[in-house]
Amino acid sequence: MITVNGEKIDFSGTVTELLEFLGYGEKRVAVELNENIVPKAEYVNTSVSDGDKLEIVRFVGGG
Amino acid sequence: MMPSENEIYNALAERHGADFQKKVSSATVAVCGIGGLGSNISISLARAGVGNIHIIDFDRVDISNLNRQQYFSEQIGMYKTDALKETLSHIAPYCKITADCVRLDENNISEILKDCDIVCEAFDDAESKAVLANCVLEKFPEKYLVCGSGMAGLYSANTIKTRRVMKNFYICGDGENDVADNTGLYSSRVMICAGHQANMILRIISGKYDA
Repeated sequence: MITVNGEKIDFSGTVTELLEFLGYGEKRVAVELNENIVPKAEYVNTSVSDGDKLEIVRFVGGG
Repeated sequence: MMPSENEIYNALAERHGADFQKKVSSATVAVCGIGGLGSNISISLARAGVGNIHIIDFDRVDISNLNRQQYFSEQIGMYKTDALKETLSHIAPYCKITADCVRLDENNISEILKDCDIVCEAFDDAESKAVLANCVLEKFPEKYLVCGSGMAGLYSANTIKTRRVMKNFYICGDGENDVADNTGLYSSRVMICAGHQANMILRIISGKYDA
């Protein structure tokens, strides 16, 4: 189990796969894994595994 | 008659407390994008006595901005940086305002934002918001970042909140309502989000870090 924005999810894979699984577009998010920012270029190589805590901020337009 | 720098400082210190005024007068905040969010945020910061405000935007004032942005009809056509600098100088004549009329992107963020303590993201485009947030979090992990996301439409004011995502990263808004959904942007709700962002920035400056 991993925790995404405080919710437990049964998932293992890369950050890219997690974003696909959640239906979030890569271009509109910021992802933190265990309190460290994950650079966009690393999404494809960064694995998420049991016990990891993620915060995914999704940006919507308007300002 | 124009009040002196000391008169303004003392008037603010009397209302906000000497300790806060000392901190806020030496703070440097960069406001990235000075549309509906950024123009309102900049005005709040100037009124509170923030000593150094760096405003950044490439755009000119348009008639479509008057519904929510802090510009006047006679400023249509001016660069927003010039127009807002003028307005801020009326409110806070001794505030040091740095204005950059440029489009912020991955290539210039590091240079333009290097001197500020706090970065305020106030763009309107979702992808630009994400680019700025990611660049600041990667390149300047020591700086505070306050973003805005989700203030479109005439939904309840009570859904707009400030969230501390991680140590130095805050996000204000309802997180959902996108201008792309054609619900419009209203001054009242945009100002609520801007108020959240400005308030969090002032809290950080005063040493209060929880959302």
